Amino acid sequence: MFGTTTGSRRLTLALATATALVLGATACGGTTKDDASKDGAGAAAGKADPKAETKKGLTVAFLPKQVNNPYFTTADKGGEKALGELGSTYKEVGTSSGTDTAGQVSYVNTLTQQQVDAMAVSAQDPGALCTALKQAMRGGVSVVTYDSDTNKDCRQVFVSPASAEDLGRTQVELLARQIGGKGEIAILSAAQTATNQNTWIDVMQKELKKPAYKDIELVKVAYGDDDAQKSFQQTQGLLQEYPNLKGIISPTTVGIKAAAQYLSGSKYKGKVKLTGLGTPNDMRAYVKNGTVEQFELWEPAKLGALAARAAVALESGQITGKEGETFAAGDLGTMTIGADGVVSPGEPTVFDKANIDEYDF
Amino acid sequence: MPDTTVTSPVLSRLGGAVRWDTSVGVLLVVLLICSFSFVENFGNALNLSFLIGNTLPIALIALPMAMLVVSGEVDLSVASTAGLSSAVMGALWNAGMAIETIIPLCVLLGVVCGLVNGLLVTRLGLPSLAVTIGTLGAYRGIAQIVLGSDSVTDFPVQYLDFGSGRFGDTFLPYAAVPFVVLLAIAVVVLHATRFGRSLFAVGSCEEAARFAGVRVKRLKLAMFVTTGVVSALTGVFWTLHYASARYDNATGLELSVIAAVLLGGIDFDGGKGTLGGAVAGVFLLGTMQNVMSLLNVTAQSQTVATGVLLVISVLAPRIGRQISRARARARTAAPPPVTAPSP
Repeated sequence: MFGTTTGSRRLTLALATATALVLGATACGGTTKDDASKDGAGAAAGKADPKAETKKGLTVAFLPKQVNNPYFTTADKGGEKALGELGSTYKEVGTSSGTDTAGQVSYVNTLTQQQVDAMAVSAQDPGALCTALKQAMRGGVSVVTYDSDTNKDCRQVFVSPASAEDLGRTQVELLARQIGGKGEIAILSAAQTATNQNTWIDVMQKELKKPAYKDIELVKVAYGDDDAQKSFQQTQGLLQEYPNLKGIISPTTVGIKAAAQYLSGSKYKGKVKLTGLGTPNDMRAYVKNGTVEQFELWEPAKLGALAARAAVALESGQITGKEGETFAAGDLGTMTIGADGVVSPGEPTVFDKANIDEYDF
Repeated sequence: MPDTTVTSPVLSRLGGAVRWDTSVGVLLVVLLICSFSFVENFGNALNLSFLIGNTLPIALIALPMAMLVVSGEVDLSVASTAGLSSAVMGALWNAGMAIETIIPLCVLLGVVCGLVNGLLVTRLGLPSLAVTIGTLGAYRGIAQIVLGSDSVTDFPVQYLDFGSGRFGDTFLPYAAVPFVVLLAIAVVVLHATRFGRSLFAVGSCEEAARFAGVRVKRLKLAMFVTTGVVSALTGVFWTLHYASARYDNATGLELSVIAAVLLGGIDFDGGKGTLGGAVAGVFLLGTMQNVMSLLNVTAQSQTVATGVLLVISVLAPRIGRQISRARARARTAAPPPVTAPSP
């Protein structure tokens, strides 16, 4: 179409006109971020009756980020077990990809259509599920999020794996003990923009300012983008750049595994300490061969069980998702709902040589 | 149907007897009737609006994709273009720009993405499969650079309502209206204009089309640009429909689009197919997905079912053609009937 010079000129003219029009539109104003009104409607309505009887025979659906992912399989099994104890029915649906937000939305819609009593959702995206979840709640479905939250007005309760404070603090504690309280340390994170990682890193940095850690110096935060190969290279880079490095914290399961893999095959094995968040199955070999002493993670089964119990408590009218309400959570005792409807099963579990064989996820 | 393949009258009559795209249309109607009668919760307006809303992004891109495949090319970068458009939309919105400015800018972005593909294919003579596999990665990469792994959700309510709302309590999403308009335009262009006939001509035999005076490069470039624009618009729709601008929006959508287009009887070798068939293919896949979810079929089994259907859809017309060709050959090879065998 634009083979001739006249053609090219016509194209340039067209593009210029389009750009001018667009810029003109900017000058005329329009709807911007500042104009957009906030939808501040709270989700929790009605009154909670803590003495209400726990309903039986409910159907609670679990919608994990990804089905057949070992982490979520363990979490959902925990939910299934709890529902069995409560006399309710469990079902699980979900997409086979962890980034298929459209698929997740259509599953929420399907569950609404099937008139389940409650759903426990691990959101791939905080915003994308909102419309569908609000529609579900309007249809009388109780909505709990677990592991990954949506915006807070799109669900009633969020079951958080462990609080950001606990996670950040305990990882610093673990590493400080392993390196004897002094030396250079680094953090190997996932993507530079990952919200949860950054929250934990903020907590760690605050924690490190405490007098107890005055001899520990955080020299670098590296990013492996949750890519095994990139995390491996970043670990290699850290050790080259900082020959006196004493320890690494990797608060991501992909990162800690890649770092352990590098350390395990290098002269730094056992000398440079590594801790962070990992799964027992990923890390078993490295704990047994002495590369890693201790690392931690919450127990996904507890997370799922708590989500199931919160869903049933909501559906029974014992809670509505307001701060301060309490409900019975089996082995975990009585749980109290915190600010913004968040409830958490407590401190993460620390894994080491002694206990790692008791876990399979 | 302006089928420009050079075939003998006998063959075309045989091919016309059982047209694949007609069968897909019939299949869709049968599936809809069965679902209305036997699948619980399928027939209500809300579910139908979900079905249409979830299928619209595929249906939108399928329109230019069908035409592109008819002309013998393919664009695998459509989903990445949509993702890039979504990411740019989020980043500009965060920067405080007005949504009325952002949307035309996204369209412009679609023009640029389409131009890059089109120029690489037509000017450098590279195969479109290779070029668009490259830009598939490149556009998605740029999208990630633009927005990182943020998600932007606070778009103006009236636009979000347009993206996910429907007319009252009916099954019709607002966004179906622009789709129907685009569909009408595409049908007219492909099946009733010189431009459309040229696309078929180029797809069946590029050399012959060129000698017949079709400006092949110009035609293909125009189709790539159109595909880019529609993909970028789909990115905008996706962002509003799911109220979330992300760099990884619409990941893998190109496969669904191509699957649906092939299922609808558009020949991957070019030169054959109808838009009606393509749209029937899109909604056949969409309805199947919806029904399987309502029937609690697991995600894995759904993927398998879709894959098997796709393989059949590519195989069946070919086998049909082989059979008719073999029959025709048998007929021409048969000796002329002997009229008077005298003893």
